[in-house]
Amino acid sequence: MTTTFVSSAKKTTAVPGTSARRASRARRTAVAWLFLAPFAVIFVLYTAVPTVAALGLSLTDIRGADLRTPFAVDFTGLQNYVRLFQDATFRRDLLNTALFVAVGVPLTMGTGFVLALALNSGIRRLRGLFRTVFFAPVVTNIVAAALIWQYAFHTDGTVNKVLGAIGLAGPNWLDDPNLAMPVVVLLGVWRNFGTAMVLFLAGLQAIPQDVYEAAALDGAGRLRQLRHITLPLLLPTTLMVSVLLTVFYLQVFDEPYLLTGGGPLGSTESVALYTYRQFGAGEFGMSSAASFVTLVLVTVVSAVQFRLLRSRT
Amino acid sequence: MTTTRIARPLLYAALVLCALLTTVPFAWGVSGSLRSLDDIRSDPGALFPHHLTFGNFTRLFETQGFGTFLGNSIVVASIVVAGNIVAASAAGYALAKLDFAGKRLAFGAVMAALMVPFTAVFVPQFVITVDAGLADTLTGIALPSAALPMSVFIMRQYALSVPDELLEAARIDGAGEFRIFLRIFLPLAGPAVATITIMSFLASWNNFIWPLIVAQSMSTYTLPVGLAATSQAAAHVTDYGLLLAGAVVVMLPVLVLFLFLQRYFVQGIAGTGMR
Repeated sequence: MTTTFVSSAKKTTAVPGTSARRASRARRTAVAWLFLAPFAVIFVLYTAVPTVAALGLSLTDIRGADLRTPFAVDFTGLQNYVRLFQDATFRRDLLNTALFVAVGVPLTMGTGFVLALALNSGIRRLRGLFRTVFFAPVVTNIVAAALIWQYAFHTDGTVNKVLGAIGLAGPNWLDDPNLAMPVVVLLGVWRNFGTAMVLFLAGLQAIPQDVYEAAALDGAGRLRQLRHITLPLLLPTTLMVSVLLTVFYLQVFDEPYLLTGGGPLGSTESVALYTYRQFGAGEFGMSSAASFVTLVLVTVVSAVQFRLLRSRT
Repeated sequence: MTTTRIARPLLYAALVLCALLTTVPFAWGVSGSLRSLDDIRSDPGALFPHHLTFGNFTRLFETQGFGTFLGNSIVVASIVVAGNIVAASAAGYALAKLDFAGKRLAFGAVMAALMVPFTAVFVPQFVITVDAGLADTLTGIALPSAALPMSVFIMRQYALSVPDELLEAARIDGAGEFRIFLRIFLPLAGPAVATITIMSFLASWNNFIWPLIVAQSMSTYTLPVGLAATSQAAAHVTDYGLLLAGAVVVMLPVLVLFLFLQRYFVQGIAGTGMR
């Protein structure tokens, strides 16, 4: 984005005496914070305080019943975390979440990247239409989408009907522990590749055309241009998209909750679903500990991205 | 880049195929919503309705609660959109155009808020909502989204591109900061306000997990929560025609809005990515 006009700090009026200048600065600060107040209140109440509180609650044995007397709960130190990692269910959910990230991120990014390349390579007609179509799943309500997918991947559903037409016996997708996860991941990819595509398109359009022209003059073919110009220059975008998607899949909740409820046999249950279940069972301390694990994972991923970005650019 | 003559038709063919694959779920949903219960029972996976019927949609609005869910979604989205326009345009203006103590801290908070995962904070958020007496209320559902960091970020980026000279001229004429904001900045900020309106409407309309947590009785369910609850209650006698009709009603407003205003949707997404 452009940052051309950032000269607001310049003083235009001559202010005699430093005390008057300090007073005017204090007044400007007060006015600015008045402007910020509505956002600041919501931020403090719903982001800052909860982030600190999540850590605090995770160190206590708070349960749903203690909600009215939050200061009467006992401090239990790291006990929740010990219980968490001793819980085979949590370890399984951690693995499932890693699987979501390991499969979902490359698939989503790959689809988005290839489509962005295609839309950016001399396609002029219908370009807007294609972009609209590929972006539509991003704005689609997930509950509605999940219902449609349930209907389609039902034993007697449309997918199996299509498979039957070409002579294949369709399985019971959502009730098979080996097949449910691929379908849930597919829903995630369908819902997110449009975001990746839009970000890659923005990145591709920021690459100056004359770089390609110079390379073509030097006799570089299409693949060499992709390898030596497009990919390196797109690296910041690629890193950003990968972090965005990793952070998203680390928190994946809607897709498994709505499509399979985490089943069959817990094969699609994510850490977010575990957090929600502990919360629903009134185990607020355990739930907070599980949520704090997510926060740490997300922070680590973002920190790694910033380091990579800084070292590469 | 230009494409060779042979490659171009192939490229178009591949894109058309991808576009079809992407839109197939929408077609399934609409086609299923136009089938009667008997039709679905006799031939569950049929691609097209054997007899077209709008019966599912009339049944939907006769179903208990559906009108309430729709109304709740509209009320919550209105609060969220109004909150975001007020909070983000003010905060974005301050962050881009005013010089004050704590500016870096405030901007850092916006960036940090963009990164904090929802799953990490929803338990304390719920405790706060209960303590404030807002559990099971539409205000309680709307409030956490009433000042999205994404909106502030979009408005700040836009405000940076508004020439300082305009604001300085008004300052020299003795106009106060609120006057400058209302009379000079806001009228210029139309595109950013449009983007914020759409992005926050989308976030609110499609939000699922937070309303699921806060809404405890049917009278405060939003559309997605009501639809999910209906589908779970009907697990054994799955009335797909009715559920898909519900799905179409939930999807439609956003898709229609999207078709007309997709520029702003795309701007919003691209904006959140620009960290």
